Amino acid sequence: MAIAASPCTDPVVLNMWHPISAAAEIKPGRVHTTRLLGDSVSYTLDGDGQPVAWRTDPALRPGMPVDAARITERLPVIDRFCFVWTSYGDPPDRLFSIPEFDESDRRTFAAASIGVHTSAPRAVENFLDMGHFPYVHTGILGVEPHTEVVEYDVDITEDNEVLATRCLFYQPLAALAATKGQMTEYTYRVPHPYVAMLYKTAPPDPSRLDAIAIFVQAVTEEQIVAHNFLCMVDHTNTDSELKIFQQKIFGQDKPIIENQMPRRLPLAPRAETPIRADKSSITYRRWLSDLGITYGVIPEAA
Amino acid sequence: MIKLYNYELSANCYKQRLFLSILGLDYEAITIEFFPGMEHKSEAFLEINPLGHIPVLDDDGFMVRDAHAILIYLAARYDPSGRWYPTSDPELLAKTAQWLLFCEGTTSTASAARLHDSLHYDFDIDAVRAGAHRLFRVADEHLWFAEQEGYDWLVPTDHPTIADLALFPDVILSEEGGVSRQDYPALHRWTDRVKRIDGFTPMPGVFFAAPAQA
Repeated sequence: MAIAASPCTDPVVLNMWHPISAAAEIKPGRVHTTRLLGDSVSYTLDGDGQPVAWRTDPALRPGMPVDAARITERLPVIDRFCFVWTSYGDPPDRLFSIPEFDESDRRTFAAASIGVHTSAPRAVENFLDMGHFPYVHTGILGVEPHTEVVEYDVDITEDNEVLATRCLFYQPLAALAATKGQMTEYTYRVPHPYVAMLYKTAPPDPSRLDAIAIFVQAVTEEQIVAHNFLCMVDHTNTDSELKIFQQKIFGQDKPIIENQMPRRLPLAPRAETPIRADKSSITYRRWLSDLGITYGVIPEAA
Repeated sequence: MIKLYNYELSANCYKQRLFLSILGLDYEAITIEFFPGMEHKSEAFLEINPLGHIPVLDDDGFMVRDAHAILIYLAARYDPSGRWYPTSDPELLAKTAQWLLFCEGTTSTASAARLHDSLHYDFDIDAVRAGAHRLFRVADEHLWFAEQEGYDWLVPTDHPTIADLALFPDVILSEEGGVSRQDYPALHRWTDRVKRIDGFTPMPGVFFAAPAQA
């Protein structure tokens, strides 16, 4: 366990953006502290409501008032997609894009940030999998005997993202706004090594897609916070109802991912036996290898 | 109509949902956004329960709070067999009360560990996990000896009591708080028996028992 909790030395991961909090959860002018990559990071909002983050100073304890202007040693920080992101290294100028976020009639919010005993890549991989729907989300995202994952496409895009398309699955209750079972078409995206997104038919308007993501905060190699983000076409249910629905789905996934051993994701092609439904997982693992990620994974032996 | 002020991921609220399902009672679940909204501490909810906890039950205007008090009320009012809360037998009643109080201990240890790990509550995680193990060991030994004497449940009778339902959520969800059940085989067998009670219902993080071996 000591190894898993030691600070990260993976340069690729150190230079990425990492989510640390829902923006709405931050009390202006108060110290908040969380764990990221085996280290401690603190943050607040300044007088203009802008986030400020720094490596934790033991003198500034969580909950204490703080004048952000006096924090001079700052970490890079951005407020994007309802969350605050930081980095210990030199992150890219921009985060990945979610074009739907800017559509004015969308409901966009942080659904819940839940701690899970697993690695960031295990959480991303589970999010990409449809095969578990009838068994884990019975009666909601799947139901027996509709268990088949039909052939779908997985590619690496020009922007170097993993993209899975034409993913079709029968769902009894695809979303809170659904009134009956439907064949739901999913598109999955991995725009960042620790972020997974899905797009699925919005039941109130089948010409549009709901977008749901998990932004994963790697607390250590084997402990995460899964930040759930929703970007929905739903004008009926309250924010609270949509959040609780998402929490329920995630709560069903939690024991499954916590029981996947080893907790770090093995990248060797034959480390775990894949089936056809795991095509996106195979691509994701290979993509992590190609990026040179070593944190939260068991790298392929050289 | 019975109303339950409820949060889907709460172990204490699950006790009520489980018992309502076993008793076959219809009810309306009113969601309180415990996390992240902290709605149980909102002014509107403090009018319902000044202690600011869930669950609270409203049975046609009769309000009762606290998970184990609600179980007692539901059993006394809606279980004509009198077996879930055996008021007619002083010894069984005392043992039921004893195990209900034991569950206050698992709430402040096993359940606290889960709140720490999942929902970022500020507890001394090593202390609450150690406390959970101490209680699980006691329950495991008790159940092992009960099995030797031919009993399946916490209270020595041929029917489960509300004490079994009060303990079950904290045990079955314990691994979310980093409390492994690997060393408690009798406790594990008992969780499977609870899952086979007629009317059993799961919650996120809890699954139905595997089909019984023929």
